[in-house]
Amino acid sequence: MSDKDTVEVAAATPEQPQPFEELGLTKDEYAKIRDILGRRPTAAELALYSVMWSEHCSYKSSKVHLRRLAPNEEQSGQLLAGIGANAGVVDIGQGYAVTFKIESHNHPSFVEPHQGAATGVGGIVRDILAMGARPVAVMDALRFGPADAHDTARVLPGVVSGISFYGNCLGLPNIGGELAFDPCYAGNPLINALCVGVMRHADLQAAVASGPGNKVVLFGSRTGPDGVGGASVLASATFGGDGDGRARAKRPSVQVGDPFLEKLLVECCLELYASGLIEGIQDLGAAGIACATTELAAGGDGGMRVTLDDVPLRDPSLTPAEILMSESQERMMAVVRPDNIEAFLRVCAKWDVEATVIGEVTGDGTLTMTWRGGTVVQIPPRTAADGPVYQRPMARPADLDALQAAAPGGLDRPKDGPALRAAVLALLGSADEADKSWVTAQYDHYVRGNTVLAMPEDGGLLRIDERTQLGIALATDGNGRYCRLDPYQGTQLALSEAYRNVAMTGASPVAVTNCLNFGSPEDPAVMWQLAEAVRGLADACAALGIPVTGGNVSLYNQTGTNAIHPTPVIGVLGVHDDVRRRLAAGFTEDAAQVVLLGETREEFGGSAWAHVTHGHLGGHPPAADLDAERRLADLMSAAAQESLLSSAHDLSTGGLSIALAESCIRGGRGCRVRLPGDPFTDLFSESAARAVVSVTPGREAEFAALCAANEIPATVLGTTGGQTLAVEATFEVSLDELRRVWQGTLPALFS
Amino acid sequence: MRIGVVTFPGSLDDTDAARAVRYAGAEAVPLWHADRDLRGVDAVILPGGFSYGDYLRCGAIARFSPVMAELVPAAKAGLPVLGICNGFQILCEAHLLPGALTRNAGLRFITRDVPLTVANASTAWTNGYESGQQLLVPLKSGEGAYAAGPATLDELERTGRVVVRYAGAAPNGAARGIAGICDEAGTVVGLMPHPEHAIDPLTGPSADGLGFFTSVVTAFAGARG
Repeated sequence: MSDKDTVEVAAATPEQPQPFEELGLTKDEYAKIRDILGRRPTAAELALYSVMWSEHCSYKSSKVHLRRLAPNEEQSGQLLAGIGANAGVVDIGQGYAVTFKIESHNHPSFVEPHQGAATGVGGIVRDILAMGARPVAVMDALRFGPADAHDTARVLPGVVSGISFYGNCLGLPNIGGELAFDPCYAGNPLINALCVGVMRHADLQAAVASGPGNKVVLFGSRTGPDGVGGASVLASATFGGDGDGRARAKRPSVQVGDPFLEKLLVECCLELYASGLIEGIQDLGAAGIACATTELAAGGDGGMRVTLDDVPLRDPSLTPAEILMSESQERMMAVVRPDNIEAFLRVCAKWDVEATVIGEVTGDGTLTMTWRGGTVVQIPPRTAADGPVYQRPMARPADLDALQAAAPGGLDRPKDGPALRAAVLALLGSADEADKSWVTAQYDHYVRGNTVLAMPEDGGLLRIDERTQLGIALATDGNGRYCRLDPYQGTQLALSEAYRNVAMTGASPVAVTNCLNFGSPEDPAVMWQLAEAVRGLADACAALGIPVTGGNVSLYNQTGTNAIHPTPVIGVLGVHDDVRRRLAAGFTEDAAQVVLLGETREEFGGSAWAHVTHGHLGGHPPAADLDAERRLADLMSAAAQESLLSSAHDLSTGGLSIALAESCIRGGRGCRVRLPGDPFTDLFSESAARAVVSVTPGREAEFAALCAANEIPATVLGTTGGQTLAVEATFEVSLDELRRVWQGTLPALFS
Repeated sequence: MRIGVVTFPGSLDDTDAARAVRYAGAEAVPLWHADRDLRGVDAVILPGGFSYGDYLRCGAIARFSPVMAELVPAAKAGLPVLGICNGFQILCEAHLLPGALTRNAGLRFITRDVPLTVANASTAWTNGYESGQQLLVPLKSGEGAYAAGPATLDELERTGRVVVRYAGAAPNGAARGIAGICDEAGTVVGLMPHPEHAIDPLTGPSADGLGFFTSVVTAFAGARG
């Protein structure tokens, strides 16, 4: 019966029970749909509204807070497209525009790590492609349960192999990201994927269906039953079914990716853009055809008529509801002028991409879909695209006062040289700080030949123009432990670190994307964390003068009542005027002055030291100092332009101890330093807005003057050289030992 | 000199190969898999990537492309051909080179800058190097372990057809540390590491790979001069 549930049938059978709750809609939402339509929805309409009004598509719980992120005048200066588009677009000069976005694929990756992570890459790449840009790089920010937990050995290798499989085959360099571990992610790993694309200004595409008579083309993969979550409910016996509903094989709810087809789709779209054959375009991601048609129609000036019988199917038994909800990968939808259709189909045929006209733009303001001669969808598209907005209750977590009161001051600290040495090595070999090569060696960072810096550098750096040496830098950062202690401050620290990481390459930060990973919005404590995080991000972006260009919210990252730490992951984009003058973390020459930039305070709340040596989380996170971050970034950019530095590395988790060890290992060169104050604080404090640099020999006075001009405290620690990390009067460690400790951890856990 | 770079569906390093050709002072000519046409080029590069997704054996479908129908006889007649990574796999599938590339010993994709030793500095693509010269070039593959029967391996070594070897232990388990080989004439060369990613220290670990491209350009100029 569900397959014959037309608008007429729906109007005639108002009392027909419908499984709206199984589809995730509340009673109120269902009533609202009936109110909008003036009748009960058809099965297909119910499916469409249920996915469009899901938290994932509608942002119904977070929207009221996300409004804070709208850019002010200073921030929006370089924006060509902002929040609301598939991805924000930033002008980087010389006629180039860059679009970038980070998105989560957390839940699928827990269920099926390999395909979940793989399709996460595929989805974000299509977002970038839909803006008109050529995708040029990806990054992955990954968070798992304890590194030695049994399930981490299942999830992590699967996730990494999925990213490796999809990204490598697609031909996009993987230039950075994060890998972090915490018990709070044991049942809820965070798999956040970032993609960046580049275009000329004129190539910007719009996600709108306008011009009545224009054709709607679905191209790419065929539509199958994969990823149809709730739709099976519609075919179930309680809803009448169509005879084979109960007998139908259960399909996996996680989609399967085909990176080869995605590569063809990328090249096909770019040729279509270059040939001027597209009026509007939208990628198909979550909620598939339902989302693409409603968003295109809602973004346009008219309506749309779609013939669902014309959708190419992998499984001919799919019902209209299933066709609408299917999340089959590697599909795009374009709006094409009738006189361009032939040329459009020719380009698709060249790339072996199947393309089918499934409808056309109309002037009636209605989204209409027919199937087997009956009308199964007839709705005002904006009502589905906009969705409800909730002002969820919020409450400061009840345990937060106690958590903040449990400051790390009382923890037992290493007091002498041998104890400090042991603490440094314990930290360096901890899973969070250890060498990530076991993961990153499975990713291709060379393809396309423009990668100037990739992990383990602070930020990834890509050349955009071989003639002018213009480039872009990218970094992502997040720190769930800081955010658990103070989501406002923790989010500002995540932004500060990503901003600082980009600045360490010599680039100037220009824009921000974010992926907000939180627990259940129905928990007032989680909503309070979300609101605080967004407020912190908005205030920090305003202070830094850079806009948030887009992002993604992932809620319900919790198992039972245990929510993850609030974990906003922040991506920052920077522009590098001349990539040949990039800075990197490794000590590259002997007898260079080693200088600590910034101010070190006694800040250990949420620190790596407290976590690794005491399993402690309490107190307050370090103070964010956005003004200092801005001045530090200005200093780094100027120093890079003047070639004053031979290395630069930011200080973050683990503080100076980890930064010095990494600069030594990376450059294959030791250093001898004298700590200015209390050795423990100097080595392990996580005060923000700091970096350790080595100065080009002979340029020390110039650099000192530049630091003074930017009001950045600069403390000379010592010089580079030798094969040990030597802290005067405290301890020495050979580079061999540092390397052994740093490199041994992940292979021992996962090989 | 005009050097063709073939794009198969799923080729990824074609733009990089073309850039390396330009760095070596030659003109890069795009060749399309579906065209039975080599456009009169003086040499051909089969670039890295995942032709047809490599869902079947790597290179097994690409070898049947129309462009290969032109390339195979031309290569046998002496046209210099360089197969990099997936291109090497295609050359083996097309039987222009013996043996096969199998899954890495560790079963994981490996991206790593690997030291190589030039074993044969007289091929069309390596004559600019010294025999025994050390190169640092990226390796990035999941199915890069060279394999062949003992008789074939003996024959390759006896006739000097091993072109480059991994210095030290082969990271992927390649037989006898073989990273690249050539045909009997020394004009068709295939290797797993990516010399096109080592043409500029800005974007690669070294500029050591540029010699593959300058070798063929220099030899061509010499033959014409």
